Amino acid sequence: MLAYIVRRLLYAIPILVGVNLLTFVLFFVVNSPDDMARMQIGVKRATPEAIERWKVERGYDRPLLVNTEAKGLERVTDTIFFDKSLRMFAFDFGQADDGRDIGREIRTRMGPSLAIALPTFALGLFAAVSMALLLVFFRATYLDFWGVVLCVGMMSISSLFYIIGGQWLVSKLWALVPISGYAGGLDAARFLVLPVLISVIGGVGSSVRWYRTLFLEEISRDYVRTARAKGLSELAVLFRHVLKNAMIPILTGVVVLIPLLFLGSLLVESFFAIPGLGSYTIDAINAQDFAVVRAMVFIGSLLYIVGLILTDLSYTLVDPRVRLG
Amino acid sequence: MMAGFQPVLLWTDALLFLLLLAGVGVVLHARAQPPLRQAWRKVGERATGMVSACVLGVFIVIGVMDSLHYRPQLAQLEGAAGPSETYSAEVLSLLDRVLEPLRLNTEKTYSAPLAATLYQRETVETGGGQVRTYPRLQHGGAHLQAPEAEFAPDLARRLGHAAGLAVVASVALLAALAVGLAARHGGPIRAAAAVLAGRTVLAWRAAWVACSIIALVVAVVVMLAPYYHVLGTDKVGQDVLYLSLKSVRTALVIGTVTTLVMLPFAIALGIAAGYLGGWVDDAVQYVYTVLNAIPSVLLIAAAVLMMQVVIDTHPHWFGTAAERSDARLLALCFILGITSWTGLCRLLRGETLKLRELEYVQAARAFGVGTTGILRRHILPNVMHIVLIALVMDFSGLVLAEAVLSYVGIGVDPTTISFGTMINLARAELAREPMVWWSLAAAFVFMFVLVLAANLFADVVRDAFDPRWR
Repeated sequence: MLAYIVRRLLYAIPILVGVNLLTFVLFFVVNSPDDMARMQIGVKRATPEAIERWKVERGYDRPLLVNTEAKGLERVTDTIFFDKSLRMFAFDFGQADDGRDIGREIRTRMGPSLAIALPTFALGLFAAVSMALLLVFFRATYLDFWGVVLCVGMMSISSLFYIIGGQWLVSKLWALVPISGYAGGLDAARFLVLPVLISVIGGVGSSVRWYRTLFLEEISRDYVRTARAKGLSELAVLFRHVLKNAMIPILTGVVVLIPLLFLGSLLVESFFAIPGLGSYTIDAINAQDFAVVRAMVFIGSLLYIVGLILTDLSYTLVDPRVRLG
Repeated sequence: MMAGFQPVLLWTDALLFLLLLAGVGVVLHARAQPPLRQAWRKVGERATGMVSACVLGVFIVIGVMDSLHYRPQLAQLEGAAGPSETYSAEVLSLLDRVLEPLRLNTEKTYSAPLAATLYQRETVETGGGQVRTYPRLQHGGAHLQAPEAEFAPDLARRLGHAAGLAVVASVALLAALAVGLAARHGGPIRAAAAVLAGRTVLAWRAAWVACSIIALVVAVVVMLAPYYHVLGTDKVGQDVLYLSLKSVRTALVIGTVTTLVMLPFAIALGIAAGYLGGWVDDAVQYVYTVLNAIPSVLLIAAAVLMMQVVIDTHPHWFGTAAERSDARLLALCFILGITSWTGLCRLLRGETLKLRELEYVQAARAFGVGTTGILRRHILPNVMHIVLIALVMDFSGLVLAEAVLSYVGIGVDPTTISFGTMINLARAELAREPMVWWSLAAAFVFMFVLVLAANLFADVVRDAFDPRWR
């Protein structure tokens, strides 16, 4: 087991290097730092001096890959690639354009993001699995048919409308919760109810449909017939056999998402003005703050890889036949 | 009136037409191949398949009309020197031409659907002094003398006309169907009866009902649009119906061109990785794991930011504003394509792994058929159903993604009319007092109908082509 985890972690390194190279090419080779400076300062005010000052301030005045002027190890370390890309592996993300430390910002903003993402994730999973089981229990009836129709309908509504509609109905018309904002501690619940509810409702359509097909596939297997033949009730079959055996595909889709919860949801957080990582990313995109976007890309890919490993480990928990090695 | 015009072929137009051509090719090919014809017939046998195809067809017609671009010739000034023919810098489309009254009849600001006055009071100079009142619109309901009294009868009259037109169209459609199916059912009368009773092989009754409803909606719009703002106007007085119809093309381009862009990569790499194995497989898997590892919104955001810089720093590449926003639209398609080919690639790799071990492929290899020959003749045709299913399933997701990305500001150019930019502009209007709801409602309804039709169609296609499903 331990050997397996170590090997998987070693596999992760080339992938992270790939991600890093890709973002490096995207951010610094496709566009030179000069272009970036011009965008930031504004094309009209971008004199050569202003561009130079902008680059020096942010450390973009060095060569990209090899510094021919420096000596020894500095030939490699005193470059944009080393400073802006390789340092990320040490979780040193540098400064955002507004001068704040990105690492600290990420640590403080992780809390609010998790406060929304974890309940959303848990409630969403629970709602989707139980509704899918319900549809499967009543399969080939009108309830099943209209349930699927409802799911397809809900899938066809853009998430923007769930948020806009929910905010308008619950916060403005009924005035049950504040429209947006955030507070620390227990006070946060007031602000969190609506975004969590909206995210759950917005995502339930497609996941119910997905779980329903999973369960239907499982229910046509031989062991289910055996279970029914020995006199188990349909409910027992569904919960004790079908749900248990459908765990592997469920885990495959779900566990990868858990680490990504840290990143929060771009849309929900920015609509509800929640100071999490999602809204941080959106603000950085709008402000064209490349350092922040790169840091988020790096963290995102790191978490994805962690998720993949967790997925494989979780298989051993639900299915003793799976041996990792 | 317009004297002449200069046709303009934007990049996305060219790709869209290429896709249409490919679609026609697929139809012709499917007709010649019995198994494919069988599968498509299954699509036609289902009422949902026929209805969603009809609805999608309407959207495609709108999108194609909006993709025939041209630059109108400018009227020659009296005695002006210079070239004999000058063309406007503005790029219009056939749809713009058809909707000319909607495009040009802009009001001052918000007006409600079918209103004859502005939505908010303004101070108006009358002969005697100033009055706070709702000013009359310049175009909406301008033909009415006294809107309060005349509006209802006028509306009823026009709706009556529309209903009449729709009934005529519906009967004509039924007649055309009856004539078309006459040979199969022994005479047009019997064929018509079979359609009405739902006894035809394909679900023609459902299609007929759907087309009749579409005809009714179109007739109502055609009767009302020249005289009223059917869906109201937005903040700068643009007709919301016009904006909604223009958004359709953007959604279609994103939904289809993106898949066109990614398809060659996905197919070539997926099949090569699955069939060749070894280092090719490792390399392809590495590439798609790296791309998958980056949260797609961030990858898109990063790429769009970069592209924006490139476009902004090279203004001389683009002759007109339309070309510029088109370049941005195309780039967005590329970027979305790059982030979305990995899923299909993985599916194709898995399927190819399975296929290469089958007897007939092994036999072909034993007979000395070359690798390219096997890939082209045995593997490719046998994975095409996966490609087709992925194509139709991805479409709705991409349309939804466009709206979200444009809303976030990393989607289409802000000057391109799309559902995302419409929602973005309309969002603040809900907070107004009294509320302005029609822009959002229009974007919602149009998007919902389009995506719902696409989802339903995709389901039917998957059922027909994927034997393992259900």
